[in-house]
Parts: sequence; structure tokens; C-alpha cells
Amino acid sequence: MPKHEPILLKNMLQPGYRGSLADYERAGGYQALRKVLGKVSPADVTATVMKSGLRGRGGAGFPTGVKWGFLPKDYQGPRYLCCNADESEPGTFKDRQLIERDPHQLIEGIVIACYAIGAASAYIYIRGEFVLGAKILEQALAEARAAGYVGKHILGSDSTIDVWVHRGAGAYICGEETALLESLEGKRGLPRVKPPFPATHGLYNKPTVVNNVETLANLPHIMNRGAEWFASIGSPPKSTGTRVFCVSGHVARPGNYEVPMGITFRELIYEQAGGMRSDKKLKAFIPGGASAPFLTPDHLDVKLDFESVAQAGSMLGSGGVTVMEEGTDMVWAALRLMEFFYHESCGKCSPCREGSSWLVQIMRRIVNKRGQMSDLETLTDLCKNIAGRTVCAFGDAEVAPIMSTLKHWRHEYVTLIHAAEAANLIRPEPVGTKQ
Amino acid sequence: MLKEKYNDEIAEILARYPVKRSALLPLLYLAQREQGYVTEPAMQEIAGILKLTPPQVYETATFYTMLNLKPVGKFHIQVCKSLMCALVGSDQLIGWIHAKLGIKPGGTTADKLFTLSAVECLAACGTAPMMQINDDYYERLTEDKLDHILADLRQTGVSSLKTGPFMWPEPSGAKS
Repeated sequence: MPKHEPILLKNMLQPGYRGSLADYERAGGYQALRKVLGKVSPADVTATVMKSGLRGRGGAGFPTGVKWGFLPKDYQGPRYLCCNADESEPGTFKDRQLIERDPHQLIEGIVIACYAIGAASAYIYIRGEFVLGAKILEQALAEARAAGYVGKHILGSDSTIDVWVHRGAGAYICGEETALLESLEGKRGLPRVKPPFPATHGLYNKPTVVNNVETLANLPHIMNRGAEWFASIGSPPKSTGTRVFCVSGHVARPGNYEVPMGITFRELIYEQAGGMRSDKKLKAFIPGGASAPFLTPDHLDVKLDFESVAQAGSMLGSGGVTVMEEGTDMVWAALRLMEFFYHESCGKCSPCREGSSWLVQIMRRIVNKRGQMSDLETLTDLCKNIAGRTVCAFGDAEVAPIMSTLKHWRHEYVTLIHAAEAANLIRPEPVGTKQ
Repeated sequence: MLKEKYNDEIAEILARYPVKRSALLPLLYLAQREQGYVTEPAMQEIAGILKLTPPQVYETATFYTMLNLKPVGKFHIQVCKSLMCALVGSDQLIGWIHAKLGIKPGGTTADKLFTLSAVECLAACGTAPMMQINDDYYERLTEDKLDHILADLRQTGVSSLKTGPFMWPEPSGAKS
């Protein structure tokens, strides 16, 4: 048995649980919706979510109830909910499991959120590669419609809430909420300049809330068991509830582990994920997806909550924890992530578009032992001129691997450059083309 | 023509959105499903259906990597090469595929059966190394599994080694 009581993974951990409507109802599913619909006012649902302390599970950690509260109260036109299922942050694979193994838990959360914000339509924006996930959601939605949980006059009430699946088509940036909205409108996924925020000018310029899969999946449980219950789990007052952490890399048992926020990285990596895969010791880990700066073995006792990880100089982000063993080349690792960001830069802002290309070229020549000492200054200078100078947070994210490896493992860069100097191979490589 | 063949499906897609342009990605997928890639005539037809200009369709289509604007092999193998997969052997996987099929990323076999692409994160980091072939994921790959999958695809077009509804680690007591 797991040491910690699972909430989101509880159903799917039961032997034989298939995630059908019958399975979900047998496990107590849709009771929260019955309890809420027409009996608790939308404002009270929002107040409960606010009181629970639930924060967004997609990466930024913004308080969910507060986000809902930003919608204009007196606006009479349509409002929208978008479920962000564009899971693309390297190191993260939890939404896929939540969708494919317990789709109704998510759908119930979506309908409750729609009721709270007064939205009659919700779109689940799911990454294009999740073909199976989209199929499972479509089937689950058909079941839910037939049973009266989704669609017109939900459970005989006057609430009409319809939910649609919308597939993305392979662009990381569409996980950024305004890029997601652009993409859903049939355009290139370029993030919008904010303000105005989606709360007032979102999908089709209407008031819109964008919430992550894991965030929404928590809602039935909060409405069933109460804000106080939820707020007592984890690391209150600022990091309440559990997180489904995705552990990858050189561990013995990679996978998804749901634990209360506030346990340490040591506990997650060594107790949940079985420790290192071999005798080699842990050298580095990424605490919250590719956008989060690398941490070192000195940070293993840091707590897995928003504030503690931020204090350690990184971020809890999407909950993707990637572990690297002794012998991993940190410059190579940073280059791999930089190649990801270079490929995924949407091209809207010059510092990011041009800078990512420049960063990849410099990193490639250092890894190929053709670098020179001044490259390190150029890298730092470029990173400083990208972070904070772009429309969205992608610019901050893309410099994290290089900045953090330069901070903790600068000597590895220097060793590669010394090798280049010794071999007298210091010359710039020709300008590379995009892979 | 898409409209003649898929009139009902197109109508059903359009009904989901209050603004027609939102149906653009779904219709481009429809075109790709029909012909294996998105052709110029298809983009022009979609522009007509959605009351857009052809360049509006084209500018959107070129942004998304999953939309093929050129023909690909019958089986499109996409190997994730991002760091999390690279830590546990994705480069080796690409090497195996190269040895077995004689193609590098970007290449298609002479019989037009397989196209290989090296792609960025597919959200299967805990079950790496992995690849996607057409709609299906294949995870925790070894050279033996790869042989098995390629043989299955050649013979029957499907492989039982594809991943079903995802969960990892699997619950105790479940068959592995």
C-alpha cells in the first residue's frame, strides 16, 4: 500500500478499475456534482476552492479560486473554460495518466468549474500526440452526456454545460494559456501580450478561465470533502493538497507518484521511486520540468512545495522531477534541453527567437570541444538579455538549463574549453540549420 | 474533395465552435487522415469551407509539426530525443532503427513503408526510451521489442506492444 493516501490516483490504483462511467460512479463519482449543482451557489463554489488553497498544477502555481474570481461579475455574454491538457513540459507525464485512466474524474471537475464560473462551453485542449487520450475522453464524454452529467439540463437542472475535445498539433508553446487560446481559435500558437488577461479577454475575446488537468481533477474531491480537509493536506497554508510528481531519468522505479506537497526530494526519489538505478550516486536533478533550473545533491532535503523550491533557486513547476547520476555530462544535458527550447520557440519575440538559435550554436561548439573561454561570457550575456524580455515565460524557461548548469558545474564547461584549446580547435562552427 | 466525402463529419466539427476558424486544425487533421499529408488543394478547400484566405490556412498549417505538408511513409516513427529520453538511451534507439531500416531522422525507406523523425518530448519520460508510430506509443523499448514491433507492422500493420491506457508504475497485482 502507498504510504500516503492517494486522492487523484486512488480509483485507478484499485485492481480492475477501467475508468468507465460505471466504475467511476461505483467509486462515488459525480456525487460532488450532484451535491453542488443548483444547491450551492457558484460564488460559494469559488469561495470553497479559494479556501482550499488549491493552486494551479500546470506550472505557475496561481491560486485557482483567485483566478476564477477575476472574471467580470456583471458580464452577460458567454464565458469559456479551457482545460489545458497540452502536457508538453519535458519531464511531465501525469495528465496523460489522469486522462487515460480516470477520464470522468476530470470531466466532473470541468463541469463543476463551468458551473462556478458560469461557462456553458468548455474545451479540452489536448496535445495532438495523445490520440488515445483524446479517444478515451470522447468516449467518456459520450457516456457522461447520455447519463445527463454533460450537455443540456444537467441532472434535470437548468444548467447547460457542454464539453468538447480539441486536439493540438505538436507545439509546446500551446501549453502557454494565451497561445492555447490562439491555437483554439485556429491560428498559429503565438502568446498574446498581457494585459488584458484571459479572465476578461480570453477565447473569442470573452471572459475565459484556463486550468490544468490536475487542477480540475482535484475539484470533485474538494467539493465532496470540503475546503478544510484539502487545506490540511500537504504543506499549508501555501501549498495544499497532493501533487502527482513524475519521476524520470536514472532512478530504479520511474513513474507517477502522488504524495502530499511538502515531503522532501530525498523521500520522493529514494523512497517512492526506489532510489538510483545503479551504484552511481545522484549528481543533479531537475525539480519541476525542463523550465526549472537544475539542483544538486545539496538540495535533496528541500521540501516539494512551491515556496521551498523557489527558495532553493528553482521552481516546483509542472512536477516533473528528472534525476541524473554521476557521470552525466552536464553541458550535454543543458544542450539537449536548449535544443528543445530552440525547436519550440514560437518566433514571436526577437530575444527568444534569435537568442535560442545563438545559444544552441554556442553550446554545440562547446560540447564538440571547439569552444573558447569568451563563450561563457557570451552565454551569460545572452541569457540575461532573453529572460524577462519576452511576451511569455518561455524566455525565462529557456535560459534555466544553461544558467543553472553554469552556476553549479561551470568547471565542466571549462574542462571542455581547455580540451578545445589544447587541441587548437578554437574556431566557430558554421551556422547550423534547424533540425 | 473533403466536403463531398465527409459532409456530416465536417458539419459536426463546425457545430462545436461559435467561430468557424476554430475548426481549422480539426479539418486539417481530416485532410491528413484522408491523404496521409496535407495537400495544397485540401488547404484551398478548407479555406473555402471556413471563409478564410488560403494564406491564413497555410500560415496556421506550417506552425504545427504534426501536420505533414509532404508525404511520409506508411509508418511514421517518431523517436523522442529530449533530455529525459536521452538519459536512458534514445540515441541508441535511433541507432538501432538506422541499423535495421537504413534511415536516419528525416529519411524514408525506399519502399515508402517507414519514415523516421527525431522529435521533442512526447510526455512519456518515465517509460523511456520511447517512440510513437502513427497514433500509437511504444515505451520502455529494448532492441528485442523494436524487432518485434517492426516485424508486426510489416506483417499485419499493427503491434500488440503498443501502450494502452497509460499508468506507470502499474498498480500492484496488475499483470505487467
